[in-house]
Amino acid sequence: MAKTKVSLYKEFTKGIVKENPVLRLLLGCCPTLAVTTSVKNGLGMGAAVIFVLIGSNLVVSLLRKVIPEKVRIPSFIIIIAGFVTLVQLLLQTYLPELNDSLGIFIPLITVNCIILARAEMFASKNPVLPSLVDGLGMGIGSLAALVLMGSIREVIGNGTFMNMSIPFIQAGGSIEPMLIMILPPGGFFAFGILIALAQKLSEKFEKKNKIEGDVCVGAISERTACLLCGGCSFGRNGPQDPQQEAEAMKRMAMLSLQNENQDEESVENNGGAQA
Amino acid sequence: MKEVLIILFSAILVDNFVLSRFLGICPFLGVSKNLKTAMGMSMSVIFVMVLATVITWPIYHLLLLPNDLAYLQTMIFILVIASLVQLIEIFLKKAVPPLYKALGVFLPLITTNCAILGVTILNIDETYGFGSSIVNSLGAGLGFMLALFLFAGVRRKVDQANVPKFFKGLPITLVSAALVSISFFGFKGLIENIFK
Repeated sequence: MAKTKVSLYKEFTKGIVKENPVLRLLLGCCPTLAVTTSVKNGLGMGAAVIFVLIGSNLVVSLLRKVIPEKVRIPSFIIIIAGFVTLVQLLLQTYLPELNDSLGIFIPLITVNCIILARAEMFASKNPVLPSLVDGLGMGIGSLAALVLMGSIREVIGNGTFMNMSIPFIQAGGSIEPMLIMILPPGGFFAFGILIALAQKLSEKFEKKNKIEGDVCVGAISERTACLLCGGCSFGRNGPQDPQQEAEAMKRMAMLSLQNENQDEESVENNGGAQA
Repeated sequence: MKEVLIILFSAILVDNFVLSRFLGICPFLGVSKNLKTAMGMSMSVIFVMVLATVITWPIYHLLLLPNDLAYLQTMIFILVIASLVQLIEIFLKKAVPPLYKALGVFLPLITTNCAILGVTILNIDETYGFGSSIVNSLGAGLGFMLALFLFAGVRRKVDQANVPKFFKGLPITLVSAALVSISFFGFKGLIENIFK
């Protein structure tokens, strides 16, 4: 009993710091860059992601013995799309303002790699309770990253925090707000800096469990990585030369096409290394 | 004609899918390392974007809207796109082997690329007609290609630069993407001034 408690706690916290889906696993870059122009948007998006993540993890985990192996990805996508539609309808009714500012990125949660990744990596292999906890942890991790990005961009770019103005950063104050931070380039810039920071910190604190390998950054599993996020960079630092890139690409495309027993083992190994 | 051109050019330059709308960031960061893969990826993206629009637009306007099922949009669209990609793959393999060889590796990769689902939903949200939707998708695809090609050049230079250790890889790529994105601001007033 005590053991399960400890492992549940572990499942919960891993998503927040060690395997933070946005800053460490680099999943779901698009919404992270696009909607974080303010803290409020970051919070809204994070909450929507948590909802969909918990819901899909729950259902996938419940149906894990029913869904045939070969059609699991389409089934997961449909389950996720169902929850996304729910969120869409709820937001339209209760928070129309937030719905407008998040716009197209609400339906696009469907193709957010974080959610598919958790369904494939975790929920489809684990019982309901750990899956729920995992979903909550990963969701909170991505919420934290989104809010962090949102705060940086809103404070520097607009001189406000949650719409409250900050005295120093004002037009005519001691620091002028830098509008560029809430425009698209600021998103790329802030995200780049944050990832560099995350890399530095993780190097410092986790010397032992460094995750290495030439699998896709959105490394869900060798088999499905590319099917999910559409060819992210390979490995934590990307491929080192064109030939390596071509090889990795070919290999992953092949792996994602043939889902046979042989892969099962490599997935297990991969999952083990990541956990 | 004028309207079509406006839609096309704003999709390519002003509202560039990658650099100002933030759609399709993963492939943008992933395959912009050399021109050959960038070419293959962007060709398949253009191809699938246009085809997906050709199929999803009628589904929404002829099937979902008259039957009050507009809320099923997200679910239906992602299903259609996923199966469309599979179908295209099978079809190309049999019918046009050279094209399959060129696009083959990339096709399965873009099933859940958010740019594809994004463009089909945007077409509906912006209430474009059928023709304008296709032009918009084409423009979005071409914009994706332009961004990928430009960025491949930038990356080649960045790779040779001496970068601080923790900025190696993705962080420096993102920072340079920020600079490329700034350069696209130059196009902001373009459309209004040309087509006034």
